[in-house]
Amino acid sequence: MLTTMLFLDASLALLGAGMGAGVVTLGAAFGIGKIGAAAMEAIARQPEASSKVQTAMIIAAALIEGLALFGVLVCLLIATK
Amino acid sequence: MILHEYFYATVKNAIYSFGFVLFMALLPPPRAWAEKAPNKEDFIMHHVKDAHEWHFVTIGNAHITLPLPVIIYSPDKGLEIFSSSHFTDAHHQRVPYQGYLLSDSEKIVALDQDRVVYDLSLTKNIAAMLISVLILLATFLIAARHYQRKPKAAPHGFWALLELLICFVRDEIAMPNIGKKNYKRFMPYLLSMFFFIWLNNLLGLLPGAANVTGNISIALVLALFTFVITNLSGNQHYWDHVFNTPGVPRWLTPIMVPVELLGLFTKPFALMIRLFANITAGHIILLSIIGLIFTLKNTWVGVISVPFGAFMFLLKLLVAFLQAYIFTLLSAIYLGAAVGSHAQEEVSG
Repeated sequence: MLTTMLFLDASLALLGAGMGAGVVTLGAAFGIGKIGAAAMEAIARQPEASSKVQTAMIIAAALIEGLALFGVLVCLLIATK
Repeated sequence: MILHEYFYATVKNAIYSFGFVLFMALLPPPRAWAEKAPNKEDFIMHHVKDAHEWHFVTIGNAHITLPLPVIIYSPDKGLEIFSSSHFTDAHHQRVPYQGYLLSDSEKIVALDQDRVVYDLSLTKNIAAMLISVLILLATFLIAARHYQRKPKAAPHGFWALLELLICFVRDEIAMPNIGKKNYKRFMPYLLSMFFFIWLNNLLGLLPGAANVTGNISIALVLALFTFVITNLSGNQHYWDHVFNTPGVPRWLTPIMVPVELLGLFTKPFALMIRLFANITAGHIILLSIIGLIFTLKNTWVGVISVPFGAFMFLLKLLVAFLQAYIFTLLSAIYLGAAVGSHAQEEVSG
């Protein structure tokens, strides 16, 4: 009984880690998608500013990516514990 | 209407081809795979992790490896240097040597539990890093000599590419983010960072190579450089922002100062995690896709996983450049925040 409970606990933790990674990716994808869309629009309006827009886009995307990686790291720690 | 029919035909086609591929995958493999499938997880981690020997390739049962020197310092025995090949016998079994044992997690442990041992070994990652440093030194010293000999001549071929990349770092990374007045003294640091990370990312993609930038210790040291240089070159304005943020009411100071202080540490921490996670995750994904063939023991899986693996590999070539770029760019932004002034900020922003 106890071992079954323990196994259930471990698998629930793994389930949580997997779902967490999924949700983190969803959030990051949403954020980066919005940035990409806005950058495309900006470049289409002002093609001569495309290099500046690209730099700003990459910085913003990198910041979101950093947050997403923090989330994934937490999930990884749960999964490997 | 024609468009609609065309769309319908395309979808039907796609479903049929996907079904065909699935059907092929379920067919028995044309040739039975090796009886003993290698443990997939071990195989992947073995490629991603650091090791005391450089394993190039396994043909049948023969392992082609280069043993690397083990350097151990302990207060009682002093410095000990010997080859890591002493830790394995003829049957690839781990054996103790001189009172030390190589554990399964590639760590050197003393058989006597009470001894204090410092492992300073030249591991696979360090060997690969030293090789990349030699390549960088040779390339850039030769390039510098070209310019010293003929300062007015335009470079050709490979050297022109180098000039292009150096100008890219200067014009796109350093100048806009640090400012025209201060950027020059950070150029050596930014260029070293950019080329070191990029070269090691690319070398890590070679078969049998070490995963240098995907090692969290190396990423930590790289981020630590940015942290130390940023805070050492921080001016009055920078520290004002931390301890007395302009435009914030006085009574918020007890909250703002800890948050700002924490911010000093999270920035390099994010740099470290970003580089480590991107490179390591890329390696694991690529190896998982290829490893799928061996896990499912079905050659038809290769129909999907080999083209997909090739696509991922090309993506990793892009990521190798992008991560070097982002690391350098964010370092430049942090440095710019440290040396910039109010007047500059208003002009550029």
